[in-house]
Amino acid sequence: MGLKTPLYDTHVLQGAKIVDFGGWDMPLHYGSQIEEHHAVRRDAGMFDVSHMCIVDLTGGQVREFLRFLLANDVGRLKTFGKALYSCMLLPSGGVIDDLIVYYMSETWYRMVVNAGTRDKDLAWIRRHALDFDVTVVERKELAMVAVQGPDARRKAAMLLKPEQQAAVLELKPFFGAPFGAWFVARTGYTGEDGFEIMIPAAEAAAAWNRLLEQGVKPAGLGARDTLRLEAGMNLYGNDMDENFHPLESGLAWTVAFEPNDRDFIGREALIRAQRESGRELVGLLLEDRGVLRGHQKVLVAGSVSGNTGEVTSGTFSPTLNRSIALARVPKTSQPAVQVDIRGKLHAARIVKPPFVRHGKALIDIS
Amino acid sequence: MSNNIPADLKYTKSHEWVRQAHGEAPNGTLEVGITDHAQSALGDLVFVEVPDVGRSLSAGEACAVVESVKAASDVYSPLAGKVVANNGALAGKPELLNEDPYGAGWLFRLEAGGASNAEGLMSASAYASFLAEESE
Repeated sequence: MGLKTPLYDTHVLQGAKIVDFGGWDMPLHYGSQIEEHHAVRRDAGMFDVSHMCIVDLTGGQVREFLRFLLANDVGRLKTFGKALYSCMLLPSGGVIDDLIVYYMSETWYRMVVNAGTRDKDLAWIRRHALDFDVTVVERKELAMVAVQGPDARRKAAMLLKPEQQAAVLELKPFFGAPFGAWFVARTGYTGEDGFEIMIPAAEAAAAWNRLLEQGVKPAGLGARDTLRLEAGMNLYGNDMDENFHPLESGLAWTVAFEPNDRDFIGREALIRAQRESGRELVGLLLEDRGVLRGHQKVLVAGSVSGNTGEVTSGTFSPTLNRSIALARVPKTSQPAVQVDIRGKLHAARIVKPPFVRHGKALIDIS
Repeated sequence: MSNNIPADLKYTKSHEWVRQAHGEAPNGTLEVGITDHAQSALGDLVFVEVPDVGRSLSAGEACAVVESVKAASDVYSPLAGKVVANNGALAGKPELLNEDPYGAGWLFRLEAGGASNAEGLMSASAYASFLAEESE
């Protein structure tokens, strides 16, 4: 038996197929993964993401600490509530984890890290925090529900008191704010608009069921994966890990080399890598029938740094009705590639993610 | 979990079913598909690869692939024989396999070599017991 979120019994009652995910018993789907996927693209769906790890960092040196710990620069955060996506790196530049950090106050930042990396993340953060005036507290008592889709914000706002609803609907993308004991952020992992809502565990099931009454469809990890891949978002452990640095993981945009005088863990390695990196993470669209999957070999032409890459995440895209993937390949100017699927070579094309945003295809699938 | 197990079919431990002479299939021909249990465990199917007509199969040979959003699974031929038909409709509508695994979702038809009896395959009741044991 694995770890259970405060919503576990609710999932079982609502017909979830439960699977092990990094030690947690989580819903894979509630009947049809594809229907759940479409509900998020077309209306509103909800995911239990309580397994993710919420960490509060407080103290007089918290900003200084995070500017050292993270590859992105919390110094860019000027307004309370603003969120920042970042990698946390090893000195080698390898990615320990990707995370979101919220600027709560001058002396308080809230971080959300992956469930599967919780132990090593907390150990790493605590070890480096020793040199700073910073306190690290995991907020295990908070559940988290992601409500996503074009109608998600309107439906989720109903959870709040009437006098809070206007304020929550005014949250700008990538901002969060406390509402009593709750914390609501306009963030997500689907390529749709929506909220991620942190709720005291004891209130989670009631909130979930009220969302259900509003017509928000429960969605499992299966739909979460196809949605994030269509949105071109990386999954830790698949598309990046400690063996690869952000520049070859499609995450150069999350590394703040400026200002030059900010020292952060992994900086030197990334500056070296800027000069030599011959690989990059790209999107793939399969031209043939079939399904791209992780670890399939990708053959590229026209590159000076080798001719073999690998699919890091692949799936069937329910929105495009085609198979799509992220793959790490030698840099090339030629978009036509071949993928080895069970011993046969199939034609695929390098495309620029995201594949889908806000319900619309962003790549040419003809 | 879906668990429809028609009494008139034979079953394998790898969750294929076999039907003798059905519908337009001539006598002596065996129709093969995957069970309701299998389609339910796989989830929404998005791609099906069926064996080419004319291909000779040995018993237990991996000969078709069914892929759901989450994974690809091999389908094994329950018996030796030659493929005489395959279900082309699945190319455009793989969901037929979820909706009607024992009917419109059939995979291929075999002309069994020699005596086409299905010895070694399980009856419906034996398959039901097998599933019950497997889930314990």
